[in-house]
Amino acid sequence: MIPGGYAGKWLDIDLTNNKIEDITFPYETLEQFFGGRGMATKILWDRVADKWTDMDGLDPENPLIFATGPMTGIYPGARICVSGKSPVSNGVVGSTAATEFAVEIKNTGYDGIIFTGKSPEPVYLLVTDDGPELVDAKHLWGLDGETTLIKLNKEVKETLTKRHPNVGLWKAPGSMYLGPAGENMVRNACVMTKICHAAGYGGYGSVMGSKNIKAVVAKSRNMFPKVDAPEAAKLLWRKAHAELIKVSDFRRWGTGHLGFGAGAGTSSEPVRNWQEEWHNETAIGVNRYMDRFWVKTKWADFNCTTNCMKVSCIKTGPYKGDITDVPDYELQAYCGTNLGIFDPESNVHISTLMDKLGHSGINGPNTLGYAAELYQRGILTEEDIGFKLEWGDVEAFDKLAHMMAYREGIGDILAEGTYRAAFKIAEMKGMKPEELLKYAIHVKGIEIGAHGTRSDKDYTHDISYAASVQGGDHTSTAVDGYNDMSGAVFYDCGVFCTFTARGPSQALIFDFAKAITGFPITLHSWRSVTGPRIVTLQKALLLMSNMWEPIKDDDNPARFYEPLPSGPYKGKTTDRELVDMKLQAYFDTLGWDERGIPKKETLDRLDLGDVDQYMVKYRL
Amino acid sequence: MWPEASRVRVFMPFPGVEVPHLCAQCQDYPCIEACPVDALSSDPDTGAVIVDREKCISCGACIKACPGSVPYLHPGDNKATICDLCGGEPKCVEVCTEAGYNALTIVNEGPSIHRKLYSRDPVETAKDLAVKMFGEKGEEVIE
Repeated sequence: MIPGGYAGKWLDIDLTNNKIEDITFPYETLEQFFGGRGMATKILWDRVADKWTDMDGLDPENPLIFATGPMTGIYPGARICVSGKSPVSNGVVGSTAATEFAVEIKNTGYDGIIFTGKSPEPVYLLVTDDGPELVDAKHLWGLDGETTLIKLNKEVKETLTKRHPNVGLWKAPGSMYLGPAGENMVRNACVMTKICHAAGYGGYGSVMGSKNIKAVVAKSRNMFPKVDAPEAAKLLWRKAHAELIKVSDFRRWGTGHLGFGAGAGTSSEPVRNWQEEWHNETAIGVNRYMDRFWVKTKWADFNCTTNCMKVSCIKTGPYKGDITDVPDYELQAYCGTNLGIFDPESNVHISTLMDKLGHSGINGPNTLGYAAELYQRGILTEEDIGFKLEWGDVEAFDKLAHMMAYREGIGDILAEGTYRAAFKIAEMKGMKPEELLKYAIHVKGIEIGAHGTRSDKDYTHDISYAASVQGGDHTSTAVDGYNDMSGAVFYDCGVFCTFTARGPSQALIFDFAKAITGFPITLHSWRSVTGPRIVTLQKALLLMSNMWEPIKDDDNPARFYEPLPSGPYKGKTTDRELVDMKLQAYFDTLGWDERGIPKKETLDRLDLGDVDQYMVKYRL
Repeated sequence: MWPEASRVRVFMPFPGVEVPHLCAQCQDYPCIEACPVDALSSDPDTGAVIVDREKCISCGACIKACPGSVPYLHPGDNKATICDLCGGEPKCVEVCTEAGYNALTIVNEGPSIHRKLYSRDPVETAKDLAVKMFGEKGEEVIE
């Protein structure tokens, strides 16, 4: 029996042997792991737990997973979850992106796709109502993200029109694709979609590149899977939208108001590689973007009333033709203030460049900012880089971003991501790794989102990143704020947007989940059993990577304990004692021991008994 | 939900460039003219094109005759599908109001030769919109 909201099948694709199979999962597995991040973690556990420690994220045997969830497309704000063993954290990240691809793949009859192996030649996967097929992609390999999308839209539409000439006009397909950064296996590269959206955290663009997959494309004319209680779902759908229409700040500005606000207001915005978190630059105010670059003020993904996206375009000057979204706050910060860039035009340009190159707009420029601080401190020199790398120098960052994407010169080292680059630069310079790691803003290798903890005025606090199984991922922090553990994990499993969860109450969201699936799911059951099950399994795999030392690495970067040097919260910093205390409370809540190792009785309670044998050696 | 069964179709050949696509009720109704089995007629009250699903033979002649290729074959029964204005009480207007957008309202206007101008291939419309949005770059984003 297939529960409501699920298409019922998954695609299992062995690229090495060119074998495509349909597989199914038992009802119990779906109920226990729900979808998206949960299902991806379960699949990884079942398939590669034995190989986990030695397997690199870029090895062919690492499964690359695209997963929808039962709520995808039905609950407002459709997203896809991309996962696998992360080549950045060596654990599991459920990396989500808003895209119609999620809707299209689900309606073709598949809840998700598992790729293993490596294709001998570049290919893309096309899934339609006629079935799945691998299509030669040599002509697309090497193209930037934008051009890839333009060509794919044309090519797939032509294919479908040729096959079904009588049915009328074909709409554009949904697609996920790579830019050059993914192709060249830049470790923290993202999987792109819709020109400016990305599954960024985790580095799954490089995993996709390692398998020679340029794109994954889907188009369906079928309907959504049936839900368990259609009348209830309809009512809840209307209620959810009625709440979302009230989220007026996002509709008006997206998150674009934070480029100014998170600096000037809450002192939690990265400035020059987090050396400061305060600024008072009105030049980066959202009104400047609105007045000069926004060509569309309301743009939404499928079934979303929130409309947090806006389309920016530069029509004159050296960056003529650059198209991206707001840019949203994360990219205002990481492609702006964190590089010492405070003017909207340069910010739109760097954001567009990240999209085109396929760099994650948070993680890629985190590494650029890291390099710039090493330059500021004289550790990296003009000779090492090939040019001067001063804060605010757009041309220099533009050049370095290209070098990273194509792994040229120092770019080859930076393409390993901030954490790994620190070790390589230490080796190059004959320095100790600690001397370089202290400027690396990451947790578990995952470069941290643009929300600081020192002022304690943002939604991120003490252990938000330190305790998270997804490290620096700002969309899935461990606790606190509206993205609390149970919430964020649920949205990633659902799979839908955290921003469409902002407005409707959690009670409404879980009622919706029950109406769709028919599972006896409640906020309480998720918080006490299902959520912890998924996070505990992620924790086990993170431990089994043997890359992160318990407690020592369950911590913020050193910089987050330096006092803020400027602004209204000058002198404030993350409270070390509170971090230690809350870390223990977090472990205790989840039933992990004082070093964060899941206890046997917890594993038994969560039906994760087979995990215990792997945990024994991590316990003291 | 069944996005591809909606009589109001939204095309997005490039991200951000969205074109709603539906019947504009041409004064001369080329689709009705083209139907070989007289399955199409116009509603005398609303002007909407009505499809007799029993008679329709799924030949696609109406799609070819339409200046905007508006009709499509329904993914369920494979019959020609055209916006019927919900008999004069369009659901799209209702839901838009309920959702709080208030972007759609009912406008009562008689037949006009200009209606036909709005029956246009959505990708062609999108190409024009792209130029309006992106300037010269707009020429390149939709192939």
